[in-house]
Amino acid sequence: MAASGGQPFRLATGGRVDRSTPIRFTFDGTNYAGFAGDTLASALLANGVHLMGRSFKYHRPRGPISAGSEEPNALVSVSRPGGRYTPNLRATQVELYEGLVAESQHRWPSLSFDLGAVSNLLSPLFPAGFYYKTFMGPRFAGPWAWKHLYEPLIRRAAGLGRAPQAPDPDRYAHRFAHCDVLVIGAGPAGLAAALAASNASARVILCDEQAELGGSLLAESAATIDGRPAADWLRETVALLASRPNVTLLPRTQAFGYFADNFVALQERLTDHLASPDPALPRERLWQVRAKEVVIAAGAIERPLVFPGNDRPGVMLADAARTYVARYAVKPGTRAVVFTACDSAYEAALALHEAGVAIALIADLRANPAGPAVEAARRAGLRIAASTTVVGTRGRLRISAARMGAVEADGGVRAGEEVACDLLLMSGGWTPSVHLHSQSRGKVVWDEKAEAFLPGAAVQRERSAGACRGVFGLAASLNDGDAAGRDAARRAGFTPPEGRNFRAEAWEHSWRGFSGLCPRGQGLRRGKAFVDFQNDVTADDLALATQEGFRSIEHVKRFTTTGMATDQGKTSNLNALAIVSEAIATPVPKIGLTTFRMPYTPVTFGALAGPNRGELFDPVRTTPIHSWAAEHGAVFEDVGQWKRARFFPRSGEDMHAAVVRECRTVRACVGLFDASTLGKIEVVGPDAAEFLERMYVNGFKKLQEGRCRYGLLLNEAGFIIDDGIAARIAPDRFHVTTTTGGAARVLAQMEDYLQTEFPELKTWLTSTTEQWAVIAVQGPRSREVLAPLVEGIDLSGEAFPHMAVREGRICGVPTRLFRVSFTGELGFEVNVPSDYGRAVWEAIWANVRAIGGCVYGTEAMHVLRAEKGYIIVGQETDGTVTPDDVGLGWAIGKEKRDFVGRRSLMRPDMARPDRKQLVGLLTADPTIVLEEGAQVTRDANPAKGTPALGHVTSAYRSEIVGRSIALALVSGGRSRMGETLHVPMSGGSIAVTVTSPVFYDEKGERLHG
Amino acid sequence: MADAAILRRPAAAGLALFAHPRSVALSAVNGVARLSVRAGHETVAAIGRAFGVELPLAPLRSNARDGRAALWLGPDEWLLLLEEAEAEAAAAALQAAVGDRLWSCVDISHRNAGFLIAGPRVAEVLNAGCPLPLDPGAFPIGRCTRTLFGKAEIVLWRVGEAAFRIEVARSFAAYLASLVAEAAREHMALDPRRTGLG
Repeated sequence: MAASGGQPFRLATGGRVDRSTPIRFTFDGTNYAGFAGDTLASALLANGVHLMGRSFKYHRPRGPISAGSEEPNALVSVSRPGGRYTPNLRATQVELYEGLVAESQHRWPSLSFDLGAVSNLLSPLFPAGFYYKTFMGPRFAGPWAWKHLYEPLIRRAAGLGRAPQAPDPDRYAHRFAHCDVLVIGAGPAGLAAALAASNASARVILCDEQAELGGSLLAESAATIDGRPAADWLRETVALLASRPNVTLLPRTQAFGYFADNFVALQERLTDHLASPDPALPRERLWQVRAKEVVIAAGAIERPLVFPGNDRPGVMLADAARTYVARYAVKPGTRAVVFTACDSAYEAALALHEAGVAIALIADLRANPAGPAVEAARRAGLRIAASTTVVGTRGRLRISAARMGAVEADGGVRAGEEVACDLLLMSGGWTPSVHLHSQSRGKVVWDEKAEAFLPGAAVQRERSAGACRGVFGLAASLNDGDAAGRDAARRAGFTPPEGRNFRAEAWEHSWRGFSGLCPRGQGLRRGKAFVDFQNDVTADDLALATQEGFRSIEHVKRFTTTGMATDQGKTSNLNALAIVSEAIATPVPKIGLTTFRMPYTPVTFGALAGPNRGELFDPVRTTPIHSWAAEHGAVFEDVGQWKRARFFPRSGEDMHAAVVRECRTVRACVGLFDASTLGKIEVVGPDAAEFLERMYVNGFKKLQEGRCRYGLLLNEAGFIIDDGIAARIAPDRFHVTTTTGGAARVLAQMEDYLQTEFPELKTWLTSTTEQWAVIAVQGPRSREVLAPLVEGIDLSGEAFPHMAVREGRICGVPTRLFRVSFTGELGFEVNVPSDYGRAVWEAIWANVRAIGGCVYGTEAMHVLRAEKGYIIVGQETDGTVTPDDVGLGWAIGKEKRDFVGRRSLMRPDMARPDRKQLVGLLTADPTIVLEEGAQVTRDANPAKGTPALGHVTSAYRSEIVGRSIALALVSGGRSRMGETLHVPMSGGSIAVTVTSPVFYDEKGERLHG
Repeated sequence: MADAAILRRPAAAGLALFAHPRSVALSAVNGVARLSVRAGHETVAAIGRAFGVELPLAPLRSNARDGRAALWLGPDEWLLLLEEAEAEAAAAALQAAVGDRLWSCVDISHRNAGFLIAGPRVAEVLNAGCPLPLDPGAFPIGRCTRTLFGKAEIVLWRVGEAAFRIEVARSFAAYLASLVAEAAREHMALDPRRTGLG
């Protein structure tokens, strides 16, 4: 087909396409032309192309059966420059743009010659439940065959488009929105609802999955509303709504999920229809809408008829064919057979007839078709055969003929004429779209009159309007929408104006139809009668499921996979239900529908992720000193959301060398460490000491002003969850520190206890983590680097002992200066308001550098504290460790009446001598550094199943000790001093000796300088 | 040897701040003192008198006058904002006014980063990460609350029809600025879409 013009099936006039804007595109590498306003499906049909895909299981040729989001067959992939590739798009929803590149899926080597179609010939081997049956297989082959044979084979043979390999280059946005009335669906009912609600001044969001608002009105060529042509009314109504500041119109926006409290998720497609989108625009936006009231005007979906060969390209839903003619000005064929059980197909037959499509025959399943549309068809001279079914079709890549069958009074079918055709329209009537009502937890109720499941009582603040609740016909839909819009506005607290009475001239007829398997008679079984087109489930598959004993529709669904494809059975569920109903002789309402789940149509991962990717995936928190560290070559590590300097390599140093140098310098001279990430809580009030006394294991009431105390925090179970320092700044004011990772958790836990357990305590908690930059100055010469900078604080050991706090100034700015140590050396922690953090750091650094000191990172900090046997919560503890387990039993205030976790500590189990206790381990070979997490055992080669005695919690190379060191939790560890144990590793067992966990300066003399 | 002119680095220092006339402008608010005040209602009036701005008792309300503001953050919690130069004197005056009554006053001036976000798309940009309704009916000028912007906890305070103050823990300032830029970028498109909200 030439790209120039072409379009042999395009009508000369009519439709909503813009003939002045031709658009070139390719499908499977072939050039085609369409017009602005086309979908990929309508443009391909205009070019005479019906074959758009291969089916999921049998690789059967397929064309579009619909013109909307319910499309099960015509799934395509669209690629764009920049590695953009989107599989599994419905060609009926892909808007045409200049240069669109689309390809069919799931075929090899080509769409028209697909080797995979051999599975169609082998179909007796792939019955319903085939997939599950492969799980079992013969016993000797079972799991092996599944893993190595069946699964790879099935995955290759079945499936849809391939997943893109490259990272998604597009941007996606999120938006939270609130409104008074959310109207879902902009067909006649939805438009009328939005008009009514916005008339009442309610804030309205109106969304619709299509590119244009209007729904069925977009394919109305003859109808009028209030005396105006429907197209004019639509244009004016949309313009009116758009002009209202209280209305947000969202075309190309699918409401895909209905959650609790009227929380509805919408997916808006912003750029997929544009040839060269502005890069400032996100591709899609996820709207999270909280609506006071919701109007669901989701319409109805035409039901296919289930007859043999109902899936050939050229077989389509009658109203879809009418839409292609009326909206897209495309003739979907030249000679059509119409097979129907519903009057609406006569409208389609007439529309196609007027467009120049020969209507070879209207086969009506019903015995006495009647009504205005039927009469009109008769008047137009269309041939109608009542009590007629289709018993088979012919044609390889496109339907070429359909064989009729006469349905006899006893239900039998007598084979009849074969009618040549290139188009077969089918209509089994209409299925109201109750998906969103059902997602909102509203029940659906079988309506005998409508022969459909309709929305039952609302559970949330929603109501349905129009075809989705079985109200068909243009005037009825408009008036139903108006009523729903007024009701929603009123319940949202507005006073809507009087109800409108829309007048419409349009077809009025019955909308009932047929569901289930069409009569096909004995001996006439020719070909598969498809129920679920996308998952290739046939009527026989459903029958087989019931024969194998499945009764629940949920089980039948899972066994046959009917309704489980990406279209979630929009066109198939009711037919499947009716077939099962007949097979097990149980009425449809007794069987019930399967559950509707979100998303209504597939949603991209991009839309769900939104901006939360790359650098915005999670906040990256940095300290006031971070920029200095980065400028000085720090290697950072992630600690929660924080970036912390891990070590500061000098040129040529690896981590090991840098850490050895940093440790050595701290022990011999002085080191500077950024401890700003430590959590800090200001505890203020006359009961502050009492509160800390109850929270921590330690005693605080007797703590003097200006002194600090180590604090251990337990949970109710008696296990360590955090530690830190509490400094008494004033009688009623404490400065409490927590671990970096525990900051938020500890504050929340304290606040919880304060509000729920100790509401009588007069104290308040304020997070000050980020108020203070914390500069740890550690090492024997720390005093001399600080002294020149500090005002108003006597740094001498007598005036300012270990575990004390003083307030004064440093570099002219206020400081809370702590004398504390996590290295075992003389040490200080300088707290200054964060804005000054970097400047004070630089001032101290100048003094540190002048005497040969260094900056050190978290790695050296870990080694230094391990040499001293100081624990790190989360490394030496794992939520099952008591204070005594890690040798901190001394911290527990002996005279305390109570504290969080105390009662649990009194359980006998907590005092068992074989509890895991913190010990040091020294390897026989001093160069071996144990692996953290390695198990510790009694024997070098323990028998399989022997429980370990414990595990290694920390292990480092220590220069000052002159060998490797390790901390471990070992059962009864403190009574094993000197024992030889083993650490089994992949390279063989490593012998270790149990020692004290304090490897350096056991008496703690260095703390005092 | 104190250096009185020591260099300050506010939390927003070095951040790339977004600004576009069709979208929003994000600017840093520096030189602000912040006091976290906790007190019972019996003490609130005295604090308000000394501060010169009444502490609101109704939830989510703020009072502001002469460069000072009191934001209600909880039943016994207020955020007081004032010029930094006045902070020391103000804190002393508050303490004097409170006397022996119960309260907690913690200086958190350096804990937070302050931002002003303003512009024609400000509500939409904030609603990219903030789940609250921000139309003037639901969130009028003067309204304030703790809320979320993406994954950052913030205090949001409407100071104008199209202007909000944001207070955020300083280490989240870079994240906040990046998320604002990401959310605001779409309004730079040549054909910005009308949404009618906010």
